[in-house]
Amino acid sequence: MQLTSEEKKMADGEYGYATQKAMEILVTLGDIYGAERMIPVSSVQVAGVSYANLEEAGLEWLAEMAKDGKVRVLTTLNPAGMDLEEWKRLGISEDFARNQQRVIDAFSRMGIITTCTCTPYLVGNVPHFGEHIAWSESSAICYANSVLGARTNREGGPSALGAALTGRTPEYGFHLDNKRQPQVKAQVQAKLDGTYQFGALGKVLGEKLGEKISYITGIPSASVEELKSLCASYATYGGVALFHIEGITPDRVSQIPVETVTITDEDIKAAINALNQETSIDFVSIGCPHATLAELEYIANKLKGKQVKKEVWITTARPTKQMADRMGFTKMIEGAGAKIAADTCCVVAPIKGRFVGLATDSAKGCYYGSGKNRFKVKLMSIDECIEEAIR
Amino acid sequence: MQLKGRKIYKGKAEGEAIVTKQSISFYGGVDPSTGTIVERGHELEGKSITGKILVFPTGKGSTVGSYVLYQMSKNGKGPKGLVLKECEAIVAVGCIIGEIPCIDHIDIEKLTTGRHLILDANKSALEFK
Repeated sequence: MQLTSEEKKMADGEYGYATQKAMEILVTLGDIYGAERMIPVSSVQVAGVSYANLEEAGLEWLAEMAKDGKVRVLTTLNPAGMDLEEWKRLGISEDFARNQQRVIDAFSRMGIITTCTCTPYLVGNVPHFGEHIAWSESSAICYANSVLGARTNREGGPSALGAALTGRTPEYGFHLDNKRQPQVKAQVQAKLDGTYQFGALGKVLGEKLGEKISYITGIPSASVEELKSLCASYATYGGVALFHIEGITPDRVSQIPVETVTITDEDIKAAINALNQETSIDFVSIGCPHATLAELEYIANKLKGKQVKKEVWITTARPTKQMADRMGFTKMIEGAGAKIAADTCCVVAPIKGRFVGLATDSAKGCYYGSGKNRFKVKLMSIDECIEEAIR
Repeated sequence: MQLKGRKIYKGKAEGEAIVTKQSISFYGGVDPSTGTIVERGHELEGKSITGKILVFPTGKGSTVGSYVLYQMSKNGKGPKGLVLKECEAIVAVGCIIGEIPCIDHIDIEKLTTGRHLILDANKSALEFK
């Protein structure tokens, strides 16, 4: 790889240990993937934050990097394993809370904004069309590439941190025009409504097409909430970083692919059926990816004056929760006995085995709920989640 | 015999080979406290990779796998070196932060478990008798 003199200084350790290590990671990845040079990035999202995933080893490495590492561009953070303020009422142990806080402190020392959300694009880290960025968090990567039209590869925690500390990323993959073109057309004939059905579509596409870049037609309109659900699910089940939706994705397409798959109502139904397990429900979670203000308002109005009979987590970003506090949504939701949990979610919180059955509107939540956390799961609409909660 | 590959992370290592034809997910697939492969149904399930030169086609799974390699290495439970057919980002980053010598682009079909290997990642070379 060709490095500029400034990049060589970073690689030679002139800016300290962390910057050198960061450059070492980026150069190695660049060599593996055939990059010729580094390009500047203007925004980074770092994943790998929950202490449940990092444990001592990850924390130790981050602490080492935080000794002299400082971010050079706007950098935000993925969800933690707990609500940083109100962790006790989520049943988090003192031990876990202490360790999670050490992780957050290490990130904070490096100048990372500890947003603790998987939806950076809802809280001020919003890249524009064509902007080069380095994000981890598979759902946000997909959203940045496919909805915003920004350009990022699928970074892991350390390579995203490397980009933050150097302000660079190796130029390969989705940073290049010719690597962003669609390879297969996905004709959606199904009528889709609501986050859970868009999540089901993500599962169908992911399993049918894998990492192939699709050109999706037949979706005349979709809300931000539906798109973030589709992104999360498609990335989970297909490992994709980019897809095109006709009329939504800003990237110019030079040729619409000839190879076509068709997605019908039956496909969507089958995907939902495949996820739904026979189980009683004792845990309801909405907000994977993190709930928007509109979702909190909707849920608040649905729950007003009702009482939930199960553990209910509505997970969201801290700034969104603060606005919900101001608007009285939090009062309505928590008055009904449900909890708004900021900074965390049902995927990364240390709740393995704590519940029997999870009801959620998130197809991604189903995947990690049944795999990692060993729950039985049911995918349903937000309305049905709320009915289930108060039943 | 000497095989030439591509350097992923510098360093030298010498030791016994443990070889698999199946890819490895370090997050969830390997217990970092013991260095044992725990992925259900994996052909190395129950086998330890500690102190060995691990030969495998490629990595898979969650990016948290990089931290597992680092953790094993820190705890003295890691492999001495890694030899792959095709290295991807998770394993590459794990080797860099765990400082584990690693090369790829090696025809791993030629290698068998138990064989004595000399890995010189600085020269992108693997030697065995």
